[in-house]
Amino acid sequence: MQEFKWPYPLDYGKEEKITADVLILGGGIAGCMAAISAARKGQKVVVVEKGATKMSGAGGSGCDHWESAATNPCSKVTPEELTQAMLDDNDGYNNGISHYIECREGYDRLLDIEKMGGKIRDTEDEFVGAAFRDEATKLMFAYDYENKITLRVWGTTFKPAMYREMKKLGIRIVDRVMVTSLLTQSGNQGNRCIGATGLHTRTGKFYIFSSKSTIMCLSRPARIWMFSSDHTGLCEFRPTQCIGDGHAMGWRIGAEFTMMEKSVRTEFSAAGRSYPPYGAGNNHNSWYGASIIDSTGKEIPYADRDGKILKSVEERFLPAKGQKFFMKGGSVDDPKHAIEGPETLPFGDMLKKGYKLPFYADLTTLPDTERRAIWGMMIGEEGKTRVPVYENYKKAGFDPTKHVLQCYGTGWTSASFLPQERQLFGLPGGFLNDWELKTNIEGLYAAGDCLYASNCYGHAASTGYYAGRHASAYALKEGIIEPDKNQTEAEKKRIYAPLQNNPETSIGWKELNMGISKTMQNYCGDAKSDDLLNTGLKILKNYEKDVVPATFAYNPHELMRLLEVFDILTVSQMIIYASLARKSSSKVLCFNRIDNEQEETENDRRLITLRLAENKVVYDEKPLDFFGDLKDNYEKFNQDYMGGKQNV
Amino acid sequence: MSENQNMPYTEMPASKPIVIDAGKCTGCNSCVEICMVDLFIPGPERGKPPVVLYPGECWYCGCCVMVCPEEGAITLRHPLMNQAHWVEKAELLK
Repeated sequence: MQEFKWPYPLDYGKEEKITADVLILGGGIAGCMAAISAARKGQKVVVVEKGATKMSGAGGSGCDHWESAATNPCSKVTPEELTQAMLDDNDGYNNGISHYIECREGYDRLLDIEKMGGKIRDTEDEFVGAAFRDEATKLMFAYDYENKITLRVWGTTFKPAMYREMKKLGIRIVDRVMVTSLLTQSGNQGNRCIGATGLHTRTGKFYIFSSKSTIMCLSRPARIWMFSSDHTGLCEFRPTQCIGDGHAMGWRIGAEFTMMEKSVRTEFSAAGRSYPPYGAGNNHNSWYGASIIDSTGKEIPYADRDGKILKSVEERFLPAKGQKFFMKGGSVDDPKHAIEGPETLPFGDMLKKGYKLPFYADLTTLPDTERRAIWGMMIGEEGKTRVPVYENYKKAGFDPTKHVLQCYGTGWTSASFLPQERQLFGLPGGFLNDWELKTNIEGLYAAGDCLYASNCYGHAASTGYYAGRHASAYALKEGIIEPDKNQTEAEKKRIYAPLQNNPETSIGWKELNMGISKTMQNYCGDAKSDDLLNTGLKILKNYEKDVVPATFAYNPHELMRLLEVFDILTVSQMIIYASLARKSSSKVLCFNRIDNEQEETENDRRLITLRLAENKVVYDEKPLDFFGDLKDNYEKFNQDYMGGKQNV
Repeated sequence: MSENQNMPYTEMPASKPIVIDAGKCTGCNSCVEICMVDLFIPGPERGKPPVVLYPGECWYCGCCVMVCPEEGAITLRHPLMNQAHWVEKAELLK
């Protein structure tokens, strides 16, 4: 065996205790904005992050769109209209509260980030005169140039700017620590959340955090169905380390979840058939408005929602006749007529008409400003494209005025996946929240990707900041409670157990992850029935009983990966429990029951919620519009923020 | 060709997302400290390149390249299977 010396001290079992008024779990966009918000309220804030806060998280390395900025000075759509459109587009299965916060406060956060040093407008006048640029404010827009609700931004500057602001505000950042569990008063399920535990991913040290209030800002689950041991980091759209730890630890203490039965056929997995996001030819998201041509150079026409062929490039960015506005972007997969924007004619129809494969994205014929915005700015600023796509393609000779880039699929995807290959994508399930972004657990708030039906950068930033305000108000009236010794000791025992096993006879995290993924594909794929789901649940429970105790990790890094897979195992069971509770099929939830193919009736159209109480699964339901009138409720709960105090 | 029969107990990885040019790398470990996945470890020798210990975990965000103070010291490269094809438009029109 080839050996090397682990470069960090090994502190397995050693303890460090840290207290905070407001504890933030996760240092991504939501976590950083939550921390800034709470610190501005005078709270002592601690952020715990698995990676390195300066650039970690799904938006850490960049972002090119800021969606739903309905209150920007150029917008012609109100927050109420925009949120209602998002609700209607999903037949009500959407988070009215969090998206209203996004629409109402998103632009405030952009201005905030600008003050911190982020670039949100064309200050260098590189795009003067472009159709998407507002000359007075120098703001640049995407998609619908008439209504101006989505901004083009220089997102690589955002996270470092937030990080500097956090340092300035005296926020304590604890990097390289994986949050492993939430602590509750007296250690009981369902009680007030009083802190969390963590594992240092380099030294193995154990952390005990005590707090007055806690904000869950960890990401959404991943690698449930899609796994590749060779290319783990390419399995999903979001970062390797974002696999839904927060859902699993929330579940264990009795937090309530909803829409967990929703999963979609995989849209993106570059470990499988996909190409790197926005790195292959397409005309969506960063590439919206690009022309698509066939292999003889013939252009595929764009049409508006009513089938009218659009003759000019300019029309690709305008609503149809009689349409108020259209929507595109991360949360819009299969738009309804009301908000459906221009789109190239279906590729399948084009093939029947004699168009020849392969198809290519063609920027050569676009106006110069559009081409520079897509290839220079957007691909230069989006999270995973600046270096591996923009810089590398340039170095390899790609010239957008000359070359065309091949398409490998339709829509924003670059591949077609099998029905059982699934992901939590397109507004998936998560923590259920109230108007304070509080969960059902006293003292525990949630923001960003862990919320049900969440998506995108602006949503993360605005819900993070909002949760920071409300969690601060809670912290002001509550004290610190000493963690229950039995609870912290039990957690220590759980997380270090694999280190005691024999590497020769135990299995590693990759084998367990693959086993779970295959089980989920087999028993909780597209075709769902009680018999299949119950069989899958039995297999997962056996993994928990027989396999989890027989795993091994060589070092703290591998131990982190293994604990992540334990969380994937927990989340997989949550998904099966939620699926068992939904008895009819639902198109909008991409939920297909082969033992009841009848589409849901009005009676079934409810949010199904689930949580643990005394370690038993408890189901409940809520009407889809449980949050009431958006504007009235928002204003009722946010008097302190309104009236020009947006940066307080 | 070498006839040395001593072999390391390892195999070639499925892909090599990160290649470090030892001639340009100063061993500052900026990449080690920024990587959100934590796939590097500092090299055993001070001032020498870090080790890419877990290449399969790379998310290809490019932060390591963005913070590297030495131009060209790190190359981030998508695996062969993910390298998209492009062509000069004039070729299609011929």
